[in-house]
Amino acid sequence: MLQFLHYPPQLWFGQLSLGLINGSFYALLSLGLAVIFGMLNIVNFAHGAVYMLGAFCAWFLLNGFDIPYPALIHGHLALASAHVPTHLNMWWALFLSPLIVGTFGMILQRTMLRRLEGLEPIYGLLLTFGFAAIIQGLLGNAYGSSGEPYDIPDVLSGGHNLGFMFLPNYRIFVVVASSIVCFGTWFAIERTRFGSTLRAATENPRLVQAFGINVPLMITLTYGLGVAIAAFAGVLAAPIYQVNPTMGADLIVVVFAVVVIGGMGSILGSIVSGYMLGLVEGVTKVVYPQASGVIVFVIMAIVLLLRPSGLFGRAS
Amino acid sequence: MVSVPATIKKTVAAKSSQTAEKIGIVILLAGLCVAPFFIYPFFLMDALCFALMACAFNLLVGYAGLLSFGHAMFMGTGSYLCAWLAVTHGQPVWLGIIVGVLAATVLGALTGVLAIRRQGIYFSMTTLALSQLIYFVAVEAPFTHGEDGLQPVAQGKIFGGLIDLSQPLQLYFCVLTIFAVGFLLIYRIINSPFGEVLKAIRENEPRAISLGYKADHYKFMAFTLSAALTGLAGATKAVVVQHASLSDVYWTTSGSIILMTLLGGMGTIFGPVLGAFLIEGMQNYLATAGQWITVIQGLVFVICVLAFRKGIIGEIAANLGIRL
Repeated sequence: MLQFLHYPPQLWFGQLSLGLINGSFYALLSLGLAVIFGMLNIVNFAHGAVYMLGAFCAWFLLNGFDIPYPALIHGHLALASAHVPTHLNMWWALFLSPLIVGTFGMILQRTMLRRLEGLEPIYGLLLTFGFAAIIQGLLGNAYGSSGEPYDIPDVLSGGHNLGFMFLPNYRIFVVVASSIVCFGTWFAIERTRFGSTLRAATENPRLVQAFGINVPLMITLTYGLGVAIAAFAGVLAAPIYQVNPTMGADLIVVVFAVVVIGGMGSILGSIVSGYMLGLVEGVTKVVYPQASGVIVFVIMAIVLLLRPSGLFGRAS
Repeated sequence: MVSVPATIKKTVAAKSSQTAEKIGIVILLAGLCVAPFFIYPFFLMDALCFALMACAFNLLVGYAGLLSFGHAMFMGTGSYLCAWLAVTHGQPVWLGIIVGVLAATVLGALTGVLAIRRQGIYFSMTTLALSQLIYFVAVEAPFTHGEDGLQPVAQGKIFGGLIDLSQPLQLYFCVLTIFAVGFLLIYRIINSPFGEVLKAIRENEPRAISLGYKADHYKFMAFTLSAALTGLAGATKAVVVQHASLSDVYWTTSGSIILMTLLGGMGTIFGPVLGAFLIEGMQNYLATAGQWITVIQGLVFVICVLAFRKGIIGEIAANLGIRL
């Protein structure tokens, strides 16, 4: 047991702070999944794809983007493109990207997901799997699989030397920003009037509708909120992992495992298990690096054996 | 006028629908016997392996109502074990296939115990996560040779030199035999008392339990059987394409298997076979299209879920009023 302590403290704190960062992304994504699942009874497989879309959106806002349009070039119909030069920094992106991607999510919900109401939740999983494939395929076509670098704003670059380790400012920022969003969402759902209506609509949509509340609109907004949180996580992740079309694909599988461990029944549960598993992964990277990719899945298997309904889940 | 009791009507209907299925099976197998003389045999063999996989997956989703998102782990286990015995140890491929099936069965039993503890959507997520666990094991384990994969699997001769598997036609009829055995076995399982209980559990689990059926035992059996047959298809595929690689065990492969079954028709006998041929055909035809294949697959998913959830064969069967 004591030999674990023989690793140098730099390694410990370095990996733990990285673990906390990964945990922030797990928490934000599993929180969004839980919010969506509670209201729509759908597991949003596109969650990894909208996270990636959030990062790409931030990248577009920083570097400008091309809008393709059909045009006559030398008498032939061909695709031309107009460059829209935008040079909005990360602060704008943190606000605009979730707004844009969230709106996109709400359009998907209104036009397609809504048709699945009353069907088995499996169809929601399959439909959103289709969304994920389309989004990832389109961006993969346009940008290949190599990453696009995204710079940290000047204010957040640099770091603090704590004596035993160098702590980059951006890592502190990610943890603080994600905690604020997590706490804000928890507070909005568990402690405000809007939240109590939302929870009531989750329990019994018909009854809430009878009180004159527009439940379909509420469902759309909830989906938009969950997607926007994922996009926010994507913007935060953009400078850490490079922006590339596959950045959400593997992450979503880990987040699913986090959700199975925590149970989607509680907002707080999904947040806590997200941070916790990020930290456990960090510890694994120090103690037994080969297992760091699988540790979350192993914990999931153990939890399923001991507590089938998840750590924070209610027995079904 | 004496009206015919409903039960008798039902029995008659069931009998005639079984006739349609049996005629369909004969046409299918006869068609597959002539097909290699007109169509590139390697495409057919590849499609047959995926068809068997989709049928095995369909046994689970179509008849037990369990949507597994992790079938790639059984395919990958079958394919890796078979290729490992053949490439690293120089064993004949028939032994590789047997060991591959056994390994997939054991893995199916182990993961089945865990996965059936959760229901519905959690079952899907659990199987997906478990298959990602197996994927990481395949990435790290030395015997799989990581990104390079295992190749070439020497097809060689079997039955004391009687059949030469390096001849495309002889290999084709071996693969067809394996497919036919697997397909007929699944057909038999679906129509057995065991299959009837599975359907009862799918329709109404609490009622099946209250009638005294141990739902979990049946689900576990169905899961393990499905895993074994998927392993069989995976091991056979390793012999056909002569290599085993990480993509066999990656979750996008599970997605493809689901898509094939959904497109053809979940809970139909022939749907998965048709779906496998369509999706494999598309991938073959659009091999140069790169990422567009992912986009098209996604579109097919969206269209299937929104417009025809019964799948192609399911819609045809519903229109004709028969079972297919």
